[in-house]
Amino acid sequence: MKRLPLISGLAIAAILLAAPPFLKNYGIYLFSYWMVFVIATMGLNLTVGYAGQKSLGHAAFFGIGAYSVAILMQAGHSFWLGLALAVIACFVIGLALGFPALRVQTIYLAFATLGFNTAIWLVMRNEEWLTGGTFGINNIGRPSLFGLSLDGNLAYYYFVLGMTVVMGLLQWKLLSSPWGKAFTALRDNPIRAESLGIHIQGYTLLSFAIGAAYAGVAGALFASLVQFIEPAPFAVHASIMMYLMVVVGGPGYFFGPLLGSAVGVLLPEWLRFAQAWYLFVFGAAVILLMLWLPDGLLSIPARLAAKRQAREASAARAAAAAKLGN
Amino acid sequence: MIGPVLKVTDLRKAYGAIQAVGGVSFEVMPGEIFGVIGPNGSGKTTMFNSVLGQITPDAGKIELNGHDITHKSPQQLNQLGVGRTFQTLQVFGKMTVRDNLLVAAQEHQGSMWSRLFAPGDSGLGDRADALIDQFRIRHVAHKKAGELSYGQQKLVDIAMAFMSEPDLVLLDEPCAGVNPSLVGGISSLLKQLNQTRASGKKASSFVVIEHNMDFVMDLCHRILVMVEGQVLAVGTPDEIRGNKAVLDAYLGN
Amino acid sequence: MTDFLQLVFSGFATGSIYALAALGFTLLWQASGTINFAQGEFVMLPAFVMLAFGAAGLPLPLAFIASCGVAVLVLGWAFKRGIADPLLKHGLMPIVVATIGLAIAARNGIRAGYSAEAHPFPGLFADQLFNVFGVTVTLADVGTLVLALLLVLGTQAFLNKTVTGRAMQAVAQNTESATVLGINVPRMIFYTFAINALLACAAALLVTPTYLAKFDMGEGLGNKAFFAAIIGGFNNSRGALLGGIIVGVCENLAAAYISPAYKDAVALVIFMAVILFKPQGLLGKKVERKV
Repeated sequence: MKRLPLISGLAIAAILLAAPPFLKNYGIYLFSYWMVFVIATMGLNLTVGYAGQKSLGHAAFFGIGAYSVAILMQAGHSFWLGLALAVIACFVIGLALGFPALRVQTIYLAFATLGFNTAIWLVMRNEEWLTGGTFGINNIGRPSLFGLSLDGNLAYYYFVLGMTVVMGLLQWKLLSSPWGKAFTALRDNPIRAESLGIHIQGYTLLSFAIGAAYAGVAGALFASLVQFIEPAPFAVHASIMMYLMVVVGGPGYFFGPLLGSAVGVLLPEWLRFAQAWYLFVFGAAVILLMLWLPDGLLSIPARLAAKRQAREASAARAAAAAKLGN
Repeated sequence: MIGPVLKVTDLRKAYGAIQAVGGVSFEVMPGEIFGVIGPNGSGKTTMFNSVLGQITPDAGKIELNGHDITHKSPQQLNQLGVGRTFQTLQVFGKMTVRDNLLVAAQEHQGSMWSRLFAPGDSGLGDRADALIDQFRIRHVAHKKAGELSYGQQKLVDIAMAFMSEPDLVLLDEPCAGVNPSLVGGISSLLKQLNQTRASGKKASSFVVIEHNMDFVMDLCHRILVMVEGQVLAVGTPDEIRGNKAVLDAYLGN
Repeated sequence: MTDFLQLVFSGFATGSIYALAALGFTLLWQASGTINFAQGEFVMLPAFVMLAFGAAGLPLPLAFIASCGVAVLVLGWAFKRGIADPLLKHGLMPIVVATIGLAIAARNGIRAGYSAEAHPFPGLFADQLFNVFGVTVTLADVGTLVLALLLVLGTQAFLNKTVTGRAMQAVAQNTESATVLGINVPRMIFYTFAINALLACAAALLVTPTYLAKFDMGEGLGNKAFFAAIIGGFNNSRGALLGGIIVGVCENLAAAYISPAYKDAVALVIFMAVILFKPQGLLGKKVERKV
């Protein structure tokens, strides 16, 4: 039983590495799309899952990252400059978004981030001189890495996969450091955390900023993946989908985003057999999933362990009762 | 001339028409265990929370080692060397016991930036292990704090307050809801912690709110009695036990 | 000037419909801590149910009553027992995601199961125009405003003046104390869900003639309801009315005087301003954090 995580982990790694060369273009595209969302939801998982904040505006940063790359590349600059701008812009704007979080609580914060997302989306849609408005920006190229062209779909996929691994390692490092515990303390008991010298405001702002930066990286990669950017994928419904992915995967679990993004990106594709009903089935599946596993998919091991403990405790009680009866 | 660790002068706090704390003044000397007792509604917790920055007092002054801390936040107070426990359990349920202790002091190690690159335990592993052994919770140290019994969580709660080696620790009803057999254990732990300190540091002082009279009389060097938001008496346990006004108002005939 | 008044008046009418959706939303939150991201779909579904009853031969008033019954059963009772009750004890995240799923399912269920097109919906009011102080107003606007106001004020009167209503308020303010006082808390919470369903059904009756019945009509409506509820004050039911009117009027004015593209932005700007400077809303009470 204990080896199950290791086996499933190796299986997923194998699929991610070895399957794409055998897939058609659409399949490769889907895998790349999945990885992009893994990075984006890793950021949201940090803000929402580890630091306990409410953020329903994540897609705005996704969009800022995408437009950073699109606009700069259209002006003749390299993808890498666009990526750098994406990270910095999203970090700074994420910090700014954190400020309302210091003043308002939970549900109001959720709505504030919604409002922020809508505001950014409106700018994207209406400021044609910058973003091309609803016409968007097309012909976005792909980067080259150390002279190797990443134009091909398969090559770009492995690049995105590599970036996902890098971002994952960075997050692992972050969460293993004292910052990781500070975020968890902030989530689980901010009042106690404060009385222990933890700078609540600072860590709150950082959780938003770092989460946003991750979305910025994802957006940058997204721009070169789809090679045509327009405002629609960055509206509130996208933020809501990302939130759904984090919660379904398991908030506060490291691999939650991997699973949650799979559910959000790949599940609708598998449901296509249901044709016109596939989104209905998806919505229903989400409801059922939440009813069965409110803490997300990755809470399954913990629930099984709890059930086993309860069974063992019952058995122990029954045995003790039987002994007393004699 | 060693001044008091904590000096509260004419502290006042009202909630609407109710004067919860109506002019309370006292001093706590270094190394002292200072008890605060009084009937429910006497303003003990309000006074406590004012000292700890959780509530803003209407008037009065609070000084820590001579520095004015009246309007400082709980986070600033902790950095200045004040620790506290809460009346209701406040551990981090999803973290292990050991992690609870580590996080309780990690913000005192280095700066925010340096902590990003520090090892997971911020170099506090030994200190945490020492406290775990002292509190005799070694057998549950690896478990999630939320899975422990109430009494065990209480011990973790108290241990957390001491991790950052504060000069002043405020304990809000450390025996509340605790099995009577554990009360003695908590009392001897607090006495140990009061006496042992890393060399070079001055002795730590405690302020303890409690209702358990035996516990308070046995543990504290001096006791303050609060009634209806005012100080009724201050003195050693013997003096308080013999104080007629206190007996009438609180301890019963 | 007459244009301005016209815009304001029709804004009042639209806003009063938002107020209906916002009121139910606020009540659900207060009574049970449920955040219903499918609130817009709660208006969309009764619209289609009414159409279905209409197609089966029922005249509009009967179709409405029948839909109210269905709404209370499905959007009230089934929603509460099936989704809200099991999930609320796990915090806010699962219920938020579950209602998101519900919204997706409802929208796409109607799209796949009924139709992806916009359907005309019988209007309650005849096509008549009035001239009041030089301002042209439609009968529909007046009628909508009057009906919606009646419903909102009626709901508030019910909450404030009847025993049941006050019991519901008690539950909203302090569930534990309410239980101790002998109030049947689960039933009071059910009544809240039922009222939400009824208000949404009424909103459907009033808004669909103009907007037409389409599977995605709930999206924009849901957003406006959230904004209205927050602007007015999320812990005060009178706030829903104020918030709704503000959103309705400002939308109209913005579309006419600024630009149709930024029509949604005005409500948004007000919303953001309220969140930053008075997060409890214009009429809300400040919420203290307890140690």
